[in-house]
Amino acid sequence: MKNILLIDFGSTYTKITAVDIEKEIVLGTARGITTVETDIMEGLNQALGELFSKTGKLEFIKVLGCSSAAGGLKMVAVGLVPELTAEAAKRAALGAGAKIMGVYGNELNEYEIKEIADLNPEIILLAGGTDGGNKEVILHNARMLTTLGKDIPVIVAGNKSVAPQVVRILSESMTEVVHTENVMPKLNELNIEPARETIRGVFLRRIVEAKGLNRANQFVDRMVMPTPAAVLKAAELLGKGTQYESGLGDLMVIDIGGATTDVYSIAKGDPTKNNVALRGLPEPFAKRTVEGDLGMRYSATALVRAASVKRITDYAEVSEDDVEAYVKKVEENIEYLPQNDVERKVEIAMGRVCTCLAVERHVGQLETVFTLAGSAYVQKGKDLSEVQTVVGTGGVIVHHEQPNEILKGATYSESTPTMLKPGCPKFLIDEDYIMASMGLLGEEYPDIAVRMMKKYIVRR
Amino acid sequence: MENSKVKVVLGVIGADCHAVGNKILNYALNAAGFEVINLGVLVPQEEFVNAAIETDAKAILVASLYGHGEIDCRGLKDRCREAGLGDILLYVGGNLVVGKTDFTEVHNKFIEMGYDRVYEPGILPDQVVIDLKNDLGL
Repeated sequence: MKNILLIDFGSTYTKITAVDIEKEIVLGTARGITTVETDIMEGLNQALGELFSKTGKLEFIKVLGCSSAAGGLKMVAVGLVPELTAEAAKRAALGAGAKIMGVYGNELNEYEIKEIADLNPEIILLAGGTDGGNKEVILHNARMLTTLGKDIPVIVAGNKSVAPQVVRILSESMTEVVHTENVMPKLNELNIEPARETIRGVFLRRIVEAKGLNRANQFVDRMVMPTPAAVLKAAELLGKGTQYESGLGDLMVIDIGGATTDVYSIAKGDPTKNNVALRGLPEPFAKRTVEGDLGMRYSATALVRAASVKRITDYAEVSEDDVEAYVKKVEENIEYLPQNDVERKVEIAMGRVCTCLAVERHVGQLETVFTLAGSAYVQKGKDLSEVQTVVGTGGVIVHHEQPNEILKGATYSESTPTMLKPGCPKFLIDEDYIMASMGLLGEEYPDIAVRMMKKYIVRR
Repeated sequence: MENSKVKVVLGVIGADCHAVGNKILNYALNAAGFEVINLGVLVPQEEFVNAAIETDAKAILVASLYGHGEIDCRGLKDRCREAGLGDILLYVGGNLVVGKTDFTEVHNKFIEMGYDRVYEPGILPDQVVIDLKNDLGL
């Protein structure tokens, strides 16, 4: 018997999954409250107690962990042009599983420095300029960051021509300054992988310790990555497969939470129609976006504001007062679950709208341009219209009675014809809530992770 | 070394899809030792400006062949000024207006709009290279 324990120290719950990698089965899952403020082992032991009560005592050959505890990995991204290097830096941070507190472009001023100091990020990613391109702004921003009055790790991923200077300037007041490749070495060329890896390295060295997660170290062999990075990894494995185990092809993953909605896509997203010109920044093959205003509990009011009450009442076929009353209830008590038909309808509609808006912000758009030679199309972002699989994960979807109703928000709608959303995908549900765990497992056993996901992530 | 080359931004502005001249200019400028940031066709004004900021380019070369050049090119100089690129060279060329308008008129109009050089149809890339080198003091 070869058992592995996979732990996700979440913001609210510590979720554990025990797998037998010889039989390739999930032995059991359990959860405890995340107790990062006191001793992280308390919540973990609680979860282990629950697990063992179901499975009997288990021995593990390996224990791997990921974490989004204590607010996740909080980052600020700084670049030059908002649509170019600042956007590239943001994407690198998102891909590394970070929670983006702010994105800044152009020359930072004193107000922004004050703002960044107040945001108190755990890592700052500093980009700006293509290689050999603009030098002044990143040098200016490095000097400004030294006036933060805080010792925050900074990752430098800008114009390589001045990288050593930038590192020297920052090192005067920061203990940890790490240099990596430019996130945009040439115009419109995205190179976020090195920055992602570097962020992960800093996360492991610095943040795990700062958050008291290292107290779990005696028990956990390796704290591998932030949770969203684990989900991204799992999605990538499930989509692409490995050398020996085929994947499902292009796919999307939707993860609705209480505060945010995460969308992942594993697809090139090239145009599927003829006569389409691509514009804007190239898209990462494995892309993650997070919407901080779309969530089912903490962000319920923000969600209603973003979507308009009408959009929710249209789906739910209830009155505006019903929606407002329900939103108030769930924000006051985040543990609240729908108790009657009306509330259930509102809950589903909120989920559907979360999915719909989050996916609309994730996918690309097609614009028609009328030229003398007839109409042509301009595509910005990823064309995901031919994606065949949409996977639902996260507490809200996994524990829902009708997850497909929520996921339908991800599909193409005639009312928004320019959005390149999947046409008619099949919906799979991460029933046992194992995706983050499989991302961890996939670090060392990719083939097993792919096979297990294909077995456990199913149609409902 | 690639990075010591002078960078120029090249593209076809507006809703114009004419790609052939763009490819030829790209080739000629590369061969002449410039690093070309080619934005291709259907390029909005702001993308020319953003590209020039991020790459520290010394010139923006705008082409327009479908007759709407005047509408598309107007205001680019102001955008550059706004973005702190007041000194960047702006060249424009192609079939800038519809019909057989006298080129001197067209030339003056575009000079007034803030372009440093205006090229009529049929001009060879060599001339553009010579002008660029002169204007940049290379």
